[in-house]
Amino acid sequence: MANAKQPILKNTPTPKAASKKPLDADRIVAALLLIPSIILVGIFVYGFIGQTMYTSLTDWGQNPAQALALNPELKYIGFQNYADLFTGLLDSRFRQDLVSTLFFTLFFIVGSLGLGLVLAVMLDQNPKGESFFRTLFLFPMSLSFIVTGTIWRWLLQPEGGFNQLLGTKFQWLNSREQVFQFNWQDIPFYTALVVSLVFFWIAFQAFQNKKTNRLIVAAASGLVLLLWGIIFGRNAEWVYPIPETHGFNLAFIGIIIAAVWQMAGYTMALYLAGIRGVPEDLREAARVDGCTEIQIYQKVIFPLLTPITLSAIIILGHISLKIFDLVFAMAGADNATTDVPALLMYLTSFRSNQFAKGAAISMVLLVMVAAVIVPYLYTSLRKDRR
Amino acid sequence: MTKAAPAAAHGSSHKTLIPLPVVYVVLGIMTLFFLIPMYMVVITAFKDPANINLATAWVPPTSPNWQGFAQAMQMFLPKFQNSLVLTISATLLSALLGSLNGYILSKWKFIGSDILFALMLFGMFIPYQSTLIPIFQTLKDLGLYGSIWGLVLVHVIYGIPITTLIFKNYYSEVPDELMEAAKIDGAGFFQAYRHIILPISIPGFVVVIIWQFTQVWNEFLFAVTLTNPDSQPITVALAQLAGGEAVKWNLPMAGSLLAALPTLLVYIFLGKYFIRGLLAGSVKG
Repeated sequence: MANAKQPILKNTPTPKAASKKPLDADRIVAALLLIPSIILVGIFVYGFIGQTMYTSLTDWGQNPAQALALNPELKYIGFQNYADLFTGLLDSRFRQDLVSTLFFTLFFIVGSLGLGLVLAVMLDQNPKGESFFRTLFLFPMSLSFIVTGTIWRWLLQPEGGFNQLLGTKFQWLNSREQVFQFNWQDIPFYTALVVSLVFFWIAFQAFQNKKTNRLIVAAASGLVLLLWGIIFGRNAEWVYPIPETHGFNLAFIGIIIAAVWQMAGYTMALYLAGIRGVPEDLREAARVDGCTEIQIYQKVIFPLLTPITLSAIIILGHISLKIFDLVFAMAGADNATTDVPALLMYLTSFRSNQFAKGAAISMVLLVMVAAVIVPYLYTSLRKDRR
Repeated sequence: MTKAAPAAAHGSSHKTLIPLPVVYVVLGIMTLFFLIPMYMVVITAFKDPANINLATAWVPPTSPNWQGFAQAMQMFLPKFQNSLVLTISATLLSALLGSLNGYILSKWKFIGSDILFALMLFGMFIPYQSTLIPIFQTLKDLGLYGSIWGLVLVHVIYGIPITTLIFKNYYSEVPDELMEAAKIDGAGFFQAYRHIILPISIPGFVVVIIWQFTQVWNEFLFAVTLTNPDSQPITVALAQLAGGEAVKWNLPMAGSLLAALPTLLVYIFLGKYFIRGLLAGSVKG
């Protein structure tokens, strides 16, 4: 199995190793040709991330006179920029952006998955003109977020297109209304809640696999954490001295609609490929066993779509955490109600020349994206090797 | 109920879960949702600027007004050209690099090459904000800041992960026996590439070129931070125009059409490869 794809260069002494000499020269050529790419990616990805990380620990930009100097004098200030972002009085905009991006990600993913699944199931009914519909639902993907944003900006003008159509007066991109509000002082509680839920999930898995030790450790950790959160994690003045509320800005609804418009075709394509990949035999067998068509979807098809859903969540999630151009084009860079960290980083660094703080924001962004992407890359490449 | 569904493509008697009329109603509503923005773009782009107001936004123009459109063309054409130069150079360079990398990483594996590849792939997903400040400084130091060529460089480098991935997946379908045979016949690294890999690479190149073309053409963050007005691609010009308040909406709408046209054409005529690139972007083994 794996041997069939045995890499040529790991040549174990086989009879073929007779031609070892020219092969070695070729191996050197191969290595040499790969080196430029390795160096470039090494510098531009890892080196520059390292440099940004260092920048985020300095005071670059705090003194405006120094900000754009050729050789700015940088002072190392440790994690002060991060502390400011999460707990400083002046940086509540960043905290709102963080909350906004999480809500945006949640609704965008739910919307794209839901609409994509509905479209895929519809197309699976073999309507006439199926390929027309497929083409139609996918075409927004070929557009730039800038184009999409410009178009939807026009549709969502306060007294324009959509409001006329719906007979509403909604301030699509400027509404100051917020729902799902919570106090930033409760952040330790919510963090503890999420982490303890992960522990409980691990405990549940251990329970199913009958691993008693793991079950006890995970359940106990989850419980302790949850208790800690409930007792110390609410109204925590050590996080932030005065109550500060954040929630989901309704101004984002329009942006979510536009983003779903652009990306729903992608999930549709994924789901349709998944559904069509279910062998007809399997459906037939389920029918013989007395399953109705609905049950076939429930019991045969949908479970098989779980891995697709998971990778769609990861792809959409990392897109939405980084979303920048769509918001820029739709609501403008300076529209505070629809701000996100990716945009704030741009404004902070390249408008206000506060490079260190911008770097810190981008590091937070990187950590969020990496938390989604690294496990995904790890598992999907491991599967690949097997 | 209805005539038996055409027993085509997949499966024999495909039973339906949802009655077809319901399917058509849902698909009809969705068609409207997907087409409404395009309708608005086209009718607004061809309106007389004097007649654009919010109250009549939905009403098509009585006769198409080419003047506003021509004005937008004039305004956006230099940016369109910038985009073309940028996109074509970056796409071709990164396709060549990707082909070579994919060939090496699938047919000349070495110890640690899989880990190296994984490390490379990570570069595809990072938020570019996390490298933007050093890029900005580096391009300034190299004297490339504000020019198209700086942007080309950046796109080629950040294109390496995806182009390598697509070509690596593509070349791993080539049987290793074929490579062995070529080697026994005395073919070296380049001969094997030239005579075995390259001739079958065309579909791979099509996928990569379409993917990169779309990505580079549509990109915005690098474009807005690393160019000056003379070297702006069309996405930046469009965003700046539409962001202004006093502007008449026929201009940004016509600009949107112009900015959308190349990738839209690619999608319409080469959709199959576009989707293949799309799916490759989700890493699948």
